[in-house]
This record gives sequence, structure tokens and C-alpha cells, in this order.
Amino acid sequence: MHDANASRATETMAPLTASAILVNEVGLHARPSVKLTQSAKRFAAAIELALAPDGPWTDAKSPVKVMRVKAPKGATLHFRVTGADGEAALAAMLALVNDGFGEA
Amino acid sequence: MSSPNSGNVGIVIVSHSSKIAEGAADMVRQMVGHAVPLAWTGGDVDGGLGTNVAGILEAIETAWSPAGVAILVDLGGAETNSEMAVEMLPEDRRARVVVCNAPVVEGAVIAATEASGGSSLAAVKRSAEEFYA
Repeated sequence: MHDANASRATETMAPLTASAILVNEVGLHARPSVKLTQSAKRFAAAIELALAPDGPWTDAKSPVKVMRVKAPKGATLHFRVTGADGEAALAAMLALVNDGFGEA
Repeated sequence: MSSPNSGNVGIVIVSHSSKIAEGAADMVRQMVGHAVPLAWTGGDVDGGLGTNVAGILEAIETAWSPAGVAILVDLGGAETNSEMAVEMLPEDRRARVVVCNAPVVEGAVIAATEASGGSSLAAVKRSAEEFYA
């Protein structure tokens, strides 16, 4: 899709990181995972998430991998974003989590 | 059952049970939304449990997209009848329809999620099949 551009950006830019606490009841289960991956796919930036600040990192654009994280309510979700539109991507991820994926 | 046209890969759900097929489609619509063409079929021609090639062909037609169609199936006959339906498609469409090796409900949701982001047919299939990876 946009892999060539994304990887070029990866080489030249330092990753942006931020974290947010999962506030919705079910945590990062099926429906929130779908919303998160759908949102992540709108950006060219590489977007990864983890339960700890040092990883292990999971591709936020993969619905299966995001669901496998099984992050519960109250968990801190760390994001690591690299790419030209990384700032907007990070803001979108944090907004989704802080908003409880619209279902808190 | 169907959706407005879009350039995204279409999803077809084939189960022996029309209730399972319809329920899985409901989950896709509610969780993923309406950005992907979607159709389902289930049951034999008499309305019993089973699958039928004509129903599958109709579902492929309903969910057709120039980007292709990914089919999610449950057991045995659903897969063989789906493969038969694909073989009966016009030649120019045949290569753009794939049967995914994935659980029908989870696979449908994941495939649709992948498709809703504009991913290719190969990426949609790969993502659905990650469940067994």
C-alpha cells in the first residue's frame, strides 16, 4: 500500500512514543481491537503497541495480533509510532483509548 | 445482506447453517461497519443444514468487488462447494476469489477489518489465516 514510503520514513525519523490507560470495561477485546486497527490503517506511519514501555511491540495494524495482546481494563497501552504522519497517528490512537473506543 | 459498492475486497460467509452465516455477517456489520461488500449463504436448497453451490455463487455476485472476494467457510462441504462455485465463475473473476483457511466467524471479522482498510485480497486472506498461524 504505502510500505515504501513508510520504511523510508522509518529510516530517517525517530519513533514517537506515548501511553494511555484502557478505560473501557472489556479492555482491548474484539470490538476495540477492530476499531484500533481500522484507525491505525488510515496512517502511513508504522504503529506499534505494547503493555510495557520496552515492549514486546505488536503491529497495531494487525487485528489478530492486537487481539492476542488481550490487554485488560486498567492496563497501560504504550504506543510507538514512526513515519511522516506519526504525530497525527499517535493522536488518533490516544484519542481512541482515552475515549474508551466510544463504548466506555 | 449486501452493501453499497466500494473498492474494498468483498467478504462471503458460507456456513451449513443459515443462522450461523447470518449471525457472523451481523457481527461483521456491527464490528467492522459498512465499508466492505458482504454477503452470506447457508443451508441446502431445501432449507436444511448444508451448503449449495448456487447460493454461494449468488453470494459471490452480491459481494463482488473489483478487488476480489474472500470466502470464509465452516466445515467440509462448505469448502468443497465454495471451491466448486469458484470454478464455475467466469474466467476473469476466478483468480480474484479465494477461500480462506480460517475459522468462519473470527475469520470473517478479521478479513473484513483488513478489507475495510483497503488491503489487497492476498493481505485479507493472510490476515484471516493468522488465526491458525
